[in-house]
Amino acid sequence: MKPRAFQIQPQDNVATLIEDAAPGAIEVIGAARAEFLATEKIERGHKVALRDLGANEAVVKFGVRIGHTTRPIGRGAWVHLHNLASDLDDRSSTLDLHTGAPTDTRSAYV
Amino acid sequence: MSEIPKSWSGYLRPDGRKGIRNLVLVVYTVECAKHVSHAIAGGEDDTHVIGFPGCYDNAYAIRLMLALARHPNVGAVLAVGLGCEYTQPEKIAETVRASGRPAEWFFIQQSGGTRSSVAKGKEIVARLREQIHRETPRVPMTLADLTVGCECGGSDGSSGLAGNPAVGAFFDLLVDAGGRAVFEETVEMIGLRGIMQTRAASPEAKQQLAAAYDKAERYCRSVRQWSVSPGNFAGGLTTIEEKSLGAFSKSGTRPIQGVIRVAESPGGPGLWILDSVPDEHFMQFGYTNPNDTEGLMDLISAGSQIVLFVTGRGSVIGSPVAPLIKITGNSATYRAMEEDMDFDAGRVLAGTMTLAQAGEELAGLVARVAAGEPSKPERLGHREYFIMYKHQETPALDAGCRA
Repeated sequence: MKPRAFQIQPQDNVATLIEDAAPGAIEVIGAARAEFLATEKIERGHKVALRDLGANEAVVKFGVRIGHTTRPIGRGAWVHLHNLASDLDDRSSTLDLHTGAPTDTRSAYV
Repeated sequence: MSEIPKSWSGYLRPDGRKGIRNLVLVVYTVECAKHVSHAIAGGEDDTHVIGFPGCYDNAYAIRLMLALARHPNVGAVLAVGLGCEYTQPEKIAETVRASGRPAEWFFIQQSGGTRSSVAKGKEIVARLREQIHRETPRVPMTLADLTVGCECGGSDGSSGLAGNPAVGAFFDLLVDAGGRAVFEETVEMIGLRGIMQTRAASPEAKQQLAAAYDKAERYCRSVRQWSVSPGNFAGGLTTIEEKSLGAFSKSGTRPIQGVIRVAESPGGPGLWILDSVPDEHFMQFGYTNPNDTEGLMDLISAGSQIVLFVTGRGSVIGSPVAPLIKITGNSATYRAMEEDMDFDAGRVLAGTMTLAQAGEELAGLVARVAAGEPSKPERLGHREYFIMYKHQETPALDAGCRA
């Protein structure tokens, strides 16, 4: 079975993976039904871009803007801290991409 | 699935509220009295403990402890102090007695040491228990008599897709049945000012929602702390706005009646937001909800007889005073931690149940726990509590009411 991604609203430009995905075919369910290629490994719970996005473009989930792209993102790519930033929270972009652990308080661990 | 009880037998309190448990609560007034208090309650299923660690007192913490001591699930109170702290166990016992409940107090420094204080406390608790078992009237209860609070923690990508929406479906059922639903974490509504406004039940509610939102955003900017944690990011959430939308979906779809503050109960039936963010004052804001347990204390202080906790990644906390029901939208988490998780909302994502069915099944579980079936954290003996220094102006009580 192809890994599935859940799209909440029709206008969303990202969907959430329900199963881990490797590069290859994934199935979008929810507000839209589609099949396309994930271009990289994306873990369950993480987001995939449903179309090509330019730099500084709104990322939309739940039908609502959840932040902006910090660089162009290709359709099928993983959308996370390395290419999506909050409009409000300037700290989250400094976190470790894979573990979410803070990097700006490392100097305190002495 | 077993039958949903439509009505069950509860405990009538002198203020007219109904409890689903008949507990004795031991309240300590400084960290120095903590060990003795836990030893007094040790081994007793119906005797719970809360307390405040500080020697210097705090009005917010006193209001919170009094709301828990006069909670509908609590029948009697024993307040225990060391003897030199600011917070007064005698005043706590007096205030609880004024609510019609039996309450006693003592100072450890006037009762000998550890062992003699524990023996004295155990003797008092046994007497209080016997009295509330004999005197508390039993009364029929339905969903309309319930206040249910909900927060989420350890969120992942499933929480906004299934866990919180399942609670939202249940909250719609509870509100339609005439009950009270309370959700909190205004710092997890960041980015949703406009959406919150459209849900206001009245112009007053709209104004309260705007004020609570604006304070939460000022707070986050001021302390540069947005309510997202490393585990949230690892689980796939990228921004606070994204987490907010998922968290807000626990509110369901019904109008929001207003904003209450810590230690206030909803002023009427329906859906309410609890503002637990500190107010700005001379020490700046301080911290808001430092952990999940602190938030649950706030929801219980609003009179919630049952609290719901949505966790995608899994958690092993419980709560004193009001049973905790743990819900996950992630079926893998449910399987891995089944001894701790009460409800698997991941079945909505797997397509084996609809969101409406999840809401109904959750209503059945809530009703069974209300009727006396222990929730999983309750069965495991989890009674974590956390009460700390915080500043909120004395509530004006224009929205809620004091327990």
